Amino acid sequence: MKNILDTLFKPFRALGSLFGKIPWKTLANWVLVPFVLTGRLLVKLKRKIGATAFGQRLDKRWMKILTWSGEKPESINVASSLIAVFLGLLFGFVVMLVVDPSNAVSGFFTILFGPFQQGMRSVGDTIFYAVPIILTGLSVAFAFRTGLFNIGASGQLYVGAFVAVYIGVQWDFLGPTHWIVACIGAILAGAAWGAIPGLLKAFRNVHEVVVSIMLNYVSIYLVNLLVRSFIFNPTLNRALGPESSAHIPTLFLDNLFPRSSINIGIFITLAAVFLFHVLLNRTVFGYELKSVGLNREAARYAGMKEKRNITLSMTIAGGIAGLAGAMMFLVPGTYIRIVDVPLEQGFTGIAIALLGLSAPFGVLIAGLFYGGINRGGYFAQSLYREEIVNVIIAVIIYFSALSLFTKQVIAKYIRKRTKKDVQLQESKGDVG
Amino acid sequence: MIVEVFNEIVSMLSYVIPVMIALMIVALGGLFSERSGTINIALEGIMVMGGFIGAMILYVLLNHTELHIQLSVFIALIVGALSGMAFSFFHAFASVRMKSNQIISATALNLFAASVGVFVARTVFGYRRINVDESYRIDVPILSEIPILGDLLFKNAFLSTYLGIIILIAVIIILYRTRFGLRLRSCGENPHAADSLGIDVGRMRYAGVLISGLLAGLGGAVFVIAFQNRFESDVRGFGFLALALLISGQWRPQRIFVISILFALMRVIAARSDSIMGIQAIDIPTEVFRMLPYLLTIAVLAFTSKTSKAPEALGEPYDTGKR
Repeated sequence: MKNILDTLFKPFRALGSLFGKIPWKTLANWVLVPFVLTGRLLVKLKRKIGATAFGQRLDKRWMKILTWSGEKPESINVASSLIAVFLGLLFGFVVMLVVDPSNAVSGFFTILFGPFQQGMRSVGDTIFYAVPIILTGLSVAFAFRTGLFNIGASGQLYVGAFVAVYIGVQWDFLGPTHWIVACIGAILAGAAWGAIPGLLKAFRNVHEVVVSIMLNYVSIYLVNLLVRSFIFNPTLNRALGPESSAHIPTLFLDNLFPRSSINIGIFITLAAVFLFHVLLNRTVFGYELKSVGLNREAARYAGMKEKRNITLSMTIAGGIAGLAGAMMFLVPGTYIRIVDVPLEQGFTGIAIALLGLSAPFGVLIAGLFYGGINRGGYFAQSLYREEIVNVIIAVIIYFSALSLFTKQVIAKYIRKRTKKDVQLQESKGDVG
Repeated sequence: MIVEVFNEIVSMLSYVIPVMIALMIVALGGLFSERSGTINIALEGIMVMGGFIGAMILYVLLNHTELHIQLSVFIALIVGALSGMAFSFFHAFASVRMKSNQIISATALNLFAASVGVFVARTVFGYRRINVDESYRIDVPILSEIPILGDLLFKNAFLSTYLGIIILIAVIIILYRTRFGLRLRSCGENPHAADSLGIDVGRMRYAGVLISGLLAGLGGAVFVIAFQNRFESDVRGFGFLALALLISGQWRPQRIFVISILFALMRVIAARSDSIMGIQAIDIPTEVFRMLPYLLTIAVLAFTSKTSKAPEALGEPYDTGKR
């Protein structure tokens, strides 16, 4: 038996040792230079501005926000995120070279500069597509910061989307408050859906990841059932679209970004980013949530209600994802379809949270980046199938998973160059 | 009347068995990974990879060679399994060697497989799907003449059905009757103790994840060949259904076998509710049947949390420093 297994695994072991033999560190040294420099530049820039009279007038808090907080370990974290992005893009480029070498360069730059293909219009579209992703990213990041892994953003988003569209279709008596009520409904539905894994984690000690995965599928079939029963458009085999009074308003943005799909969802998202930051970093409640995440037993010993806090963390994360559902479907031309696989937005949110280092402003930037290459993939469609963007995102997630390793490499590099000791900081995304 | 009911049940089971086999193979794969202590929620992605490459191979063999159809199927199954194994290497590398978060790397694999499958299918074939629409059912001579049992197992059967039964028996033997199985399980329960006895935890976990990749890849190919007759960008959530099966079966192969029948039955009822008289009469929406396996799994988790038989060290990267 052992022999059979041995021969079976031989090629893999060989592959494994091959992986080990590649001079990663030498390679990394060269690849890393620009990233470490960028990371450091951000930190230095912050200090420079902070030293001037203008900078001192700004509150220190705001400086922290601008540069994703400035201690050295942070800049290493930023660099590791940038490396993951770089490697993802590199992989995408190699795939494009393999598929069609003649168009690879132009295709690659089309993807990279997607937001600027059609001027303000595509910038607006980039923001529009980034909004739900930023929100799901925030949802996942919020859970990360409180020690939980919200892989169920997809399901929470979907349930939220259904409630939003249901209100959008049925409650047209609401007038100008129609879309606000629909959004609130979505938040509540997502929160309720997120509360289930939270409750089970808090009271039955069940791993939230497994429950969330199961709930992702339950949500799909539940929404299919509810759509079929209440808001179905049988001729097109999809849900009815919300009334125009339930569409997220565009305000002045449609003049600023002519012919794009942008709406004030971006302002709502910015508000969510800000609230996320304030709640976690400036309130007692947020402090408790983080403490419970770091060490449940210690938090209980310190007199915090750990069960309540775990449940609330997941509830809030679910609410943010539910809002993402409203942002996705309370727009003209997007309909809930009868599907049987979870929406990818929930999983992309994980990538965004990791890239953004679970910091609200990091998530915002990472989400806009995703929106950009997503649009880029759309514009590059004539050259390459747009799934290439998801391939890139998947590779980025993979290298985000390896971030601990990347960070060690960077720290070693800095140590070697500056002869200074470098403290590594556990990124807030490194749970479990 | 009795004959009719009997025929109904037999025709029903002829749909249930292929689904059950695909689910069971993948869940047994997950079993190897999780008993060695590594969470593998990449089953879905590995299935997609196995199904996708299996379908490509089968497509080429069917359309460009004169090979016997069952031989082609066999080759496609093997290649699908091996590609699943190769793909799962990345999960093993990240979660065992690099000690990174097992859920994140598995999510990356899921996303990667789904997008690469569609990307390549669209680039090469121009569509999202690869059609391998053929009849792969076989009648085993002589054995199919046996009443009842012959109708169930040997008439209109798939090659994969027998493969699945062999795998089930092999898994039980390997896991509980060999040194390798004992060592693998010990790495999932208490890796530090295992290490102190000279077992290479990393190697065992590599083995666990790679075997899970092998079986999940095979399951993906079985899914494409015996259930869907085409590859179409995903495996309809079967990978996660297998994960649910693994948990509901409390990480025990025998229970997985029993519950796989139940889960497959739900799925078949949902897919064929319009042709089953009994279901039509009570008028339950098909979505309910699709939901039930997942709800059941959540219920099992919630009510057995105190007596859960999950491997003790599941999900924890092995760190010698924590001893």
